[in-house]
Amino acid sequence: MSTQAAQHHLVLILARDFASRLATPVFLVDVRGTVIYFNEAAERVLGRRYIEGGGMEAEEWSTVFAPSDDDGNPIELNALPLGVAILERHPDHRMLRIHSADGTQRRIEVTAFPLFAHEDECLGAIAIFWETPEGAER
Amino acid sequence: MHVRIWGCRGSIAAPGPETIRYGGNTSCVEVRGDHGEAIVLDAGTGARPLGERLMGEHEPSLRVDLLLTHLHVDHLEGLGMFAPIWSPETELHIWGPPSPVASLDERIATYFSPPLFPVHLTEVPARVSFHDAPREPWTIGSITVSAHPILHPGATVGYRLESEDRTLAYVTDHEPALGTDLDAVDTSWISGYALAHHADLLIHDCQYTVEEYASHVGWGHPSVAHVAAFARRAEVGRLVMFHHHPGHTDDQLDAMRGEVLSGWSVDPARCIVAAEGAEIVV
Repeated sequence: MSTQAAQHHLVLILARDFASRLATPVFLVDVRGTVIYFNEAAERVLGRRYIEGGGMEAEEWSTVFAPSDDDGNPIELNALPLGVAILERHPDHRMLRIHSADGTQRRIEVTAFPLFAHEDECLGAIAIFWETPEGAER
Repeated sequence: MHVRIWGCRGSIAAPGPETIRYGGNTSCVEVRGDHGEAIVLDAGTGARPLGERLMGEHEPSLRVDLLLTHLHVDHLEGLGMFAPIWSPETELHIWGPPSPVASLDERIATYFSPPLFPVHLTEVPARVSFHDAPREPWTIGSITVSAHPILHPGATVGYRLESEDRTLAYVTDHEPALGTDLDAVDTSWISGYALAHHADLLIHDCQYTVEEYASHVGWGHPSVAHVAAFARRAEVGRLVMFHHHPGHTDDQLDAMRGEVLSGWSVDPARCIVAAEGAEIVV
């Protein structure tokens, strides 16, 4: 029997297609937390281009943008909305600060949720984020 | 594997003088394994004559595995007239796409029960088992079967059947180019790609011309140009154009084959228009 070719699950294909059409920044990760896609709007906020097949692992994306709270305290992966979605498999939302790859510090609001094809089949997670004005509260 | 096409029309049966060469029955394909396994792909109206043939040849009992791609009526409407289901000697295994909402038998019973059908599914004499198509490959006799979800409205899967070193892919009701440039995107992002990759024979939906597709985006079917691109990217051996639009005449289907070949530059013998009664050895 031949080995089947690699292919993303249909839910992830549709999620990527959806994200690619949005003006809102979107970040898509697989079930291991590896980035498999982010859209052009996200590229602008993150200051980094998406490269096909250049998947950033969770340990990298959770640190490379130096996420922190308003007081400058670093936020660990398990407290980031996307980390919560992958590790605990439920939705999460919070405000945080990041350092874009171009050196700009940005304040963003992030909503993330896991992607389930079936109740027992988690395929990954998706995060949608917005830049938020300084001083804005939630 | 031996393949015989019993129905290759999409959406609704289309009998008549203009469809006599390729046929008017809706989707149903018989696959016989090298050890006699009887696998049926979809149960459109072509399942009626297939059922009669199966009943005429079995002794004394019959096992049939019916692989449903999805539950749109043109893929299910032949089940009630599939003769083996009315025999207590039949062991019928029905496989279909899992749904997060309802079980496979509940969803089939929506059609197979009053008022749409006079008898309830639970009343048929055959010993019927229902199976959600597993996420991992499974075996039916000597044939290894894989099912993957594919792009079509509602829960839909395509199937890949492998026997020794031969592979058949059945990917009908599929719109792989929805929102995607099939020539530009990495193959890992193409719906159905893993099912079809390097298949010796790909049976694929070929419902629309390029012009027709423009007004049917999102309906779950491809244009001839998409089919050509999909076959090319998946590097299949032979392509069977399937799920013909009910309004397409035999002559139009011949013309569509020419359009597929204009986008998939191969030996024309590798591009086949599905026809009722056609038999293909994989």
